[in-house]
Amino acid sequence: MSLSRTKRISARKKRFRQEFYNVIVYVIVLVFFLPVIWIILTSMRPEIEVNARPPIFLPQKLVFDSFIHLFGAGHAEKSVPFYDYLGNSLFASLVSTGIAITIGTLSGYSFARFRFRGAKATFIGMMLARSIPGIAVSLPLFILFARLGLLDKKTGLSLAYTAMNIPFTTWLMQGFFKDIPADLDEAAQIDGCSRWQSFTRIDLPLALPGLAASGIFAFLTSWNEFQIASVLTRTPASKTFPVGLYDFTQQFTVDWRGMCAMSVVMLVPAIVFVLLTQRQLVRGLTFGAFK
Amino acid sequence: MIRSVRQGRRRFFDRNIAFLMILPAIIIVTALIVVPMVYSFYLSLTNLNLLHPSRARFIGFKNYLKLLEDPIFWRSLMNTVIFMGVAVNVEFLLGLILAQLIFKVTRGQSIVRTAIMAPMMFAPVLVGFQFKWFFNDQVGLVNNLIYFFTGEYRLIPWLINYPLNLLALLAAEIWMSTPFMVIILLAGLVSLPAEPFEAAAVDGASPWQQFRYITLPLIGPFTYIAMVIRSLDLGRAYDLVRIMTAGGPANRSEMIWTYTFRLAINDNKFGMGTAMSFVTVVLSFIFVIYLFQQLAKSRQEVY
Repeated sequence: MSLSRTKRISARKKRFRQEFYNVIVYVIVLVFFLPVIWIILTSMRPEIEVNARPPIFLPQKLVFDSFIHLFGAGHAEKSVPFYDYLGNSLFASLVSTGIAITIGTLSGYSFARFRFRGAKATFIGMMLARSIPGIAVSLPLFILFARLGLLDKKTGLSLAYTAMNIPFTTWLMQGFFKDIPADLDEAAQIDGCSRWQSFTRIDLPLALPGLAASGIFAFLTSWNEFQIASVLTRTPASKTFPVGLYDFTQQFTVDWRGMCAMSVVMLVPAIVFVLLTQRQLVRGLTFGAFK
Repeated sequence: MIRSVRQGRRRFFDRNIAFLMILPAIIIVTALIVVPMVYSFYLSLTNLNLLHPSRARFIGFKNYLKLLEDPIFWRSLMNTVIFMGVAVNVEFLLGLILAQLIFKVTRGQSIVRTAIMAPMMFAPVLVGFQFKWFFNDQVGLVNNLIYFFTGEYRLIPWLINYPLNLLALLAAEIWMSTPFMVIILLAGLVSLPAEPFEAAAVDGASPWQQFRYITLPLIGPFTYIAMVIRSLDLGRAYDLVRIMTAGGPANRSEMIWTYTFRLAINDNKFGMGTAMSFVTVVLSFIFVIYLFQQLAKSRQEVY
């Protein structure tokens, strides 16, 4: 009887220790999360609090001036052409994502299923293309686009983003297609499907989660891209959010509150996408990388 | 007759489907990456100046020779190597510790996992601006916190003093990218089989021994791929540095890509800038090929 009692006590002790451990990990993770909270709080602070010294950690009251200013309600002159940037960012990201996942899915399938001459060399070439930084490509593109009249145009930027996204979507998609057993393909072909039909009817539906993951990666890469945009865009005709953030900086002062408000707006699609596709995201990052 | 034509067409399509499916990708990548890079090489052999484009002439490899004699080029290369070396290793160690900690959490693990991913949602540009602000000497959060805890104003010029600004850059980079390591390593830990651990526990292995001799070798490939991807991204470090210090003061915190941008766009030495970008791209190709060979080797050891 006393034995079972000590057992029960030690079990309780163990559980307590585990709960204590959990809390410690929560606190550590919270430290990582703090900058996010800080940015959101700053975007809603009264202006005097932002640069206050001594610091005011918790806002005394929440105001939404910076957002109202950003969205332009009741302002004749907006300091930042927010809707232009929003339109440009959405256009460049969505168009490049659409084209890149279509083309990347096709080439990814081909790399995963067929053996042909030059396949390996082409694949390595694609990977090398991915390892070229945006800024290295943007320098010659600047001159080429200037001649073609594509400089400071949404279409030009979208083209550059499409090319940047294709190698990565190809890489991810071939990983996902390799996960699907080739037997299914063969069975479909014995039943009279052409290769194309077995691709569209069998493999494509099965690879949909992968397609979603690749799409989100491509979207977020374009949405957050700065190097290429900083060279190829000049005016609200094509500037995107990341470049537009510079509008909040003057020579000696920075409108931190306005910048935080725009940051929050920029974060919204990223957060939604990451939350919706967390599982595929991790799978894409790890499995895609292995094959 | 019609039918046979259609069949012939179909046979042609089926026979060449592998190539036809890759073709669009090849066309776009060639047109928008390969051709520009070749053109970039040509530009690097000229003295193109954006202010006087008509005066550009072919000058052979002079830009490259000038680059080799440029102390700032070497300094930016050094800074990049230091930045990469420190960041990758710290991120890996922190990531491993955090992944282990989170792996053993019994309650609310999915919330913790989501929370740790928060920095991954930030654009590097955003991280740059936010950390520039945190490390601002007048109104920054870091100095404010120091004041809060010590009670005296000390305006530490984080972004202006040389070794300090590298530290500030590293802090931003490590905050931004450690979660990536955590996620990959966590995926590795989740995929581990239970049997070796049970056997080891029966044999009386300590938690450290289990970690050292079972966990670490088994998550080897995950470690490797995470480090490869991070090194590649770090070699391209540009957004953070450009925004937080812009390579300053006086080129002290310059990295290869900020210096390339400065040469090509700010100083108008476009030919020189493309020469530098070309050198760096070749260096990174060598690095990529080396890393992938190592990756293949580590994969063979495990399977």
